[in-house]
Amino acid sequence: MSQKRESAIVGIHEYPKRYAPDVSAMDIKAISIKAALDDAGLSWSDIDGLYDAQDGEGGGGLGLAAYLGIKPTVIDTTSVGGSSYEFHTAHAMRDIASGKCNVAVLSYGSKAASLRTPIGTGGVSGGGNWQANMEASYGQTLISNYAMVAHRHMHEYGTTSEQLAQISVSTRHHAMRNPQAVQAMTDLQFEGIGEITVEDVLDSRVIADPLHLLECCMVSDGGGALIIVSKEIAEKTNKPPVWLLGSGEATKYRENGGDITTSAGAQSAPIAFSEAGVSPSEIDIAMVYDSFSITVAVCLEDLGFCAKGEAGSYIGDGKLRYDQPGGPALNTDGGGLSSNHPGMRGLFLLLESVRQLRGESTSQVENAKLAVAHGNGGLLGGNHTGGTIILAAD
Amino acid sequence: MPDRSMPQFPEPDTSPFWESVKNEQLSYQQCNVCNTVVFYPRYACSSCGSGELVWKDSKGEGEIYTYSVVRQNRNPAFADLGAYVLAYVDLDEGFRMMTNVVGIKNPLTDIKIGQRVKVKFEKQESGEFPVPVFELI
Repeated sequence: MSQKRESAIVGIHEYPKRYAPDVSAMDIKAISIKAALDDAGLSWSDIDGLYDAQDGEGGGGLGLAAYLGIKPTVIDTTSVGGSSYEFHTAHAMRDIASGKCNVAVLSYGSKAASLRTPIGTGGVSGGGNWQANMEASYGQTLISNYAMVAHRHMHEYGTTSEQLAQISVSTRHHAMRNPQAVQAMTDLQFEGIGEITVEDVLDSRVIADPLHLLECCMVSDGGGALIIVSKEIAEKTNKPPVWLLGSGEATKYRENGGDITTSAGAQSAPIAFSEAGVSPSEIDIAMVYDSFSITVAVCLEDLGFCAKGEAGSYIGDGKLRYDQPGGPALNTDGGGLSSNHPGMRGLFLLLESVRQLRGESTSQVENAKLAVAHGNGGLLGGNHTGGTIILAAD
Repeated sequence: MPDRSMPQFPEPDTSPFWESVKNEQLSYQQCNVCNTVVFYPRYACSSCGSGELVWKDSKGEGEIYTYSVVRQNRNPAFADLGAYVLAYVDLDEGFRMMTNVVGIKNPLTDIKIGQRVKVKFEKQESGEFPVPVFELI
């Protein structure tokens, strides 16, 4: 299959702070959009496509354009949790290919840390609708939902906590090489800021069996932005474009008799790889949503890096680090576990993919040519979405 | 006595389920056209889209599909419960429900996937409804 290179990411910005009590989420979005436009060599008035996950105070489809003072011709407010930005990218690819817009902007801002939003342990069901009324009485937390996936994965395939812990160990190694991640752990008052071992992970307290604290992402402030443009504009921007080769979108939910160890990624990934005309074995960089260790394990399988049920032994082979052969490097910025997770991490998966394919990562994989960014939004053991994007260096 | 969060009404899809719970009966829907078992309650069949879903009574027995022992919950209704078991239970009639497995001496060691369980309608300190939870058989 011939690869189509019709749209590219040409500007990125990751808001550097993870604790930012003195700015609003809308400030973070605007600051990041300006910086990403500067990175690309484009201007505020060039924006004609706005993609937004309805984050930020008074933003969303009704407020963000007004806040920025622009009049885009495409407004897409798909809000499907942490994978929203993979969905936005997929939609921007389509909108640019069809000529509806030429300069698409994705942005994210969140104050989850400074507002002390109880994302992981606050309970997920408020009651009052068809699903919440069936779940509100049982004290489900977000973490315990993912933990139920981990238990079933262990039951069916013999996966162990030691194997899952390797995900945290490898991504912490990447985080320690990323000054923003080290600053994040400092500002968010992590107990130990340094390399960690499997024993450290297993010795950290259990939040919801079988998931330990060090298998859970941080809760940070933060945000960022990225700029996607048409091929014609990509030829004139500051830095080498990072091409968008394929996209896939899918959803999954609790089903009678369903397999909880398989995520929406099993549907979205083959669509994206097929459109891109590449196979998982060709991928250099795997940016996989690491809300929890189990999310990565399930998604590595669903992305096709190993067979269903084999993530434990795959991870155990030590393939995840940026300097190890045998498979793509995982979450080279430090991931949500150790660098940045303000609630919806999907944008950062794309940002680090771009840094790698430009040669700008703090854990740079030599000669990186192909990356996959896979977002998982919502609850891995309940309603969730999978968004897969395949990216290529110029 | 526990004081769990309650479902909120009006909510037409789930109302018949909770009215049955008041009578200590666990109920689910089945499609009259294609026989698909439907749960959670809703208007249209999840297989064929028909609106002909009929309510059936479950015997309330099944097995643990998966679980987690929750150690930390900042929601006030659950903050002081201690470690408790959140689970998906597969009922023998073919539907999967979220629930808690209760009455276990040590939830950290005494619960396993695949164990048989039976429904129990747990009275609450306040609120209109008992809550269907499960005990090991």
